[in-house]
Amino acid sequence: MSKSSDLMGWIDARFPLTKMWEEHLSKYYAPKNFNFWYFFGSLALLVLVIQIVTGIFLTMQYKPDGATAFASVEYIMRDVDWGWLIRYLHSTGASAFFIVVYLHMFRGLMYGSYQKPRELIWLFGMFIFLALMAEAFMGYLLPWGQMSYWGAQVIISLFGAIPVIGDDITLWIRGDFVISDATLNRFFALHVIAVPLILIMLVVMHILALHEVGSNNPDGIDIKKNKDENGIPLDGIPFHPYYSVKDIVGVVVFLMLFSVVVFFMPEMNGYFLEHANFVPANPFKTPEHIAPVWYFTPFYAILRAVPDKLIGVIGMFAAIIVLFLLPWFDRGKVRSIRYRSGAFKGLLIMFIISFIGLGYLGALPATEGRTLFARIFTIGYFGYFIGLWFISKNEKTKPVPERVTS
Amino acid sequence: MSSEGIDNSRRRFLTAATTVVGGAGVVAVAVPFLSSWNPSARAQSAGAPVEADISKLEPGQQIIVKWRGKPVWIVRRDEEALATLPKIVPELRDPGSDESIQPPYAKNEYRSIKPEYLIVIGICTHLGCSPSYRPEITADWMGGFFCPCHGSKFDFAGRVHSGVPAPTNLVIPPHRYVSESVVLIGEDGEA
Repeated sequence: MSKSSDLMGWIDARFPLTKMWEEHLSKYYAPKNFNFWYFFGSLALLVLVIQIVTGIFLTMQYKPDGATAFASVEYIMRDVDWGWLIRYLHSTGASAFFIVVYLHMFRGLMYGSYQKPRELIWLFGMFIFLALMAEAFMGYLLPWGQMSYWGAQVIISLFGAIPVIGDDITLWIRGDFVISDATLNRFFALHVIAVPLILIMLVVMHILALHEVGSNNPDGIDIKKNKDENGIPLDGIPFHPYYSVKDIVGVVVFLMLFSVVVFFMPEMNGYFLEHANFVPANPFKTPEHIAPVWYFTPFYAILRAVPDKLIGVIGMFAAIIVLFLLPWFDRGKVRSIRYRSGAFKGLLIMFIISFIGLGYLGALPATEGRTLFARIFTIGYFGYFIGLWFISKNEKTKPVPERVTS
Repeated sequence: MSSEGIDNSRRRFLTAATTVVGGAGVVAVAVPFLSSWNPSARAQSAGAPVEADISKLEPGQQIIVKWRGKPVWIVRRDEEALATLPKIVPELRDPGSDESIQPPYAKNEYRSIKPEYLIVIGICTHLGCSPSYRPEITADWMGGFFCPCHGSKFDFAGRVHSGVPAPTNLVIPPHRYVSESVVLIGEDGEA
C-alpha cells in the first residue's frame, strides 16, 4: 500500500470521496455519441463559477445604497485596480449565461431530453432558468442607472395587474411607495445570498437527477438496454477522462469568444449593458425607450403584444409555464428529432423563428406593424406546445436504431 | 423491540398533531420576516402630504412636485385645452372615470376640483413610466400626455385613449386647496 492510497483509505472510511468520484465522474457512463450541443451543460456550470467568483469580489467594493450605488460602480470601473475587468466579466457573464442556457434548452427540445424518464431533470432545469431570470433581474437594479430603475419599475408593476391585492403586493416588494433605497437593498440581499443558494441547490439536484437516470444522446435511445457482462453500457464511455477532456475544448473556445466580448465590446452595442444605464437613476425622467436586456425580450414582446394588461401579464407568465409542462405536452415515444416526423421538425422551426422574432421585436419600440408581428410570433410560440400535443400522439416516426450511431 | 402492542392510530395522531403545531409555528415565525418588507416607519412618514404654490403658474404650463417619491403634475389648462375635453370623449376608454382611481370630488369631466387646474400623478397606469406633457394641439392630436414607453395616450384630464396599453385613466391623488394659491397634495379636503 502506497502512502496516497493509505490516505484515500483513511478518508473513504470517513467520507465517500472515492464513491462519489466514481459515481459522478470516473464510472459515470455517458453515451459515446455526444455532439456539439452537449457542450452547453458544462459551459453553464463554468459561467456559474465565473459569476460567483466575480460577484464575491464585486460585493467587496459595491455599496447597496440608493445614494452611493451608482457612484460605487463607477468607482469600481475607474479607481479599483482591475475593477473594470471584474465588473465586465460579471456583466458579460450574465449574458453568456443566458446564451449558454438557451442553447442547452434547445438541445433538450431537439433530442427530447425532457421525455420520460427525464421529466424531473427538465423541471429542475426550468427552476434553474427561473432562478436565473430572478437573479439577472435583481442584479440589473444594482448599478442604479436609469434602465436599472425604470426596468425594475416596469417589472414590479406587473404584479400590480393582479386583481384586488396587486397594489399591496407591489408596495410590499418595493418596501416604499416607489422603487427606492429599500428596494435596492433587499434586491442586493436576494441577488448575492438568497437566489445564488437556491441556484446552487437546484444545480446539484439537476445533476443528481441526471446521473440517476443517465444522459440522453442525439439518437434519443437508452444506452442502458445494451450492457456488457460487467453491466457497463456498450455505448457508454466514462465521463472522466473522455468527456471531461472533450469539455475542456469547449471551455477553451468559449473563453476565447467570452474574452473578445469582455475586452473589446463589453457593452455589446447596448445589448449587454444598455446605454441609458450609464445615467444615474432618476424617478422623474423616464428614458425615451425602455427595453429589458436582450434575454428577457422574447417574454417582454409577448407582454406587449396583448392589448389588455392583466391578460398580457398572464400571457408572459404562461410562456414560461408551458415550458415547464413540455414533458406532458409531448406525448411521443421517440425522443430525437432524427427519427421524428416532418410535422415535429416544422413545429420546432416555427418555435425557434417565433422565439427569435419575439426577442428581436421586444428590444425595439412598439409600432403597429411590429405589434402585429409580435402577435403572430406569440401564436407561433404557444402553437408549438399545442401542435406538439396533437401531433405527438400518433406521430409517423422513423425506425429508431438499437445502438447509437456515430 | 417487539412491534406488538403498538397503537398505530395513536402514533398517527401524535405525528399529525406535532406536524400541525410545528407548521403553525413556522407560519407564525414567517410573519415578522415577511412584514419586514413593508414600508418602514421612515418611508411612511416620507409619504406625508406636500404643499405646492400655484400662484406663478401661467395658463398652459405644467409644474411637477414630488409626493411619496412620485411625480405629481399640476397643469393649468387654458380655454383651448378645456374645450377639447368634451370633443375627445368618443376616443376615450373610460370617459366617465368609472374604472379609474380618483377621489370622489375629482370624478367629473375635468377630473379636478377647479376646472382650470389638473392635479394628477404622472405615472402611466400601464407599467409605471412617466408620460410627457404634449400640449400642442394639431390635426391628429388633441393635446394631453403621451407615454414614450408603450405609446399610451391621455387627454388633458389624464383620461386614457382607447386602443392603447394603459388600462385606466391617470390617478388623481387626494388633494385640497389651502388657499387660492396653495394646494396640499396627499390629504383629502371637503371638496
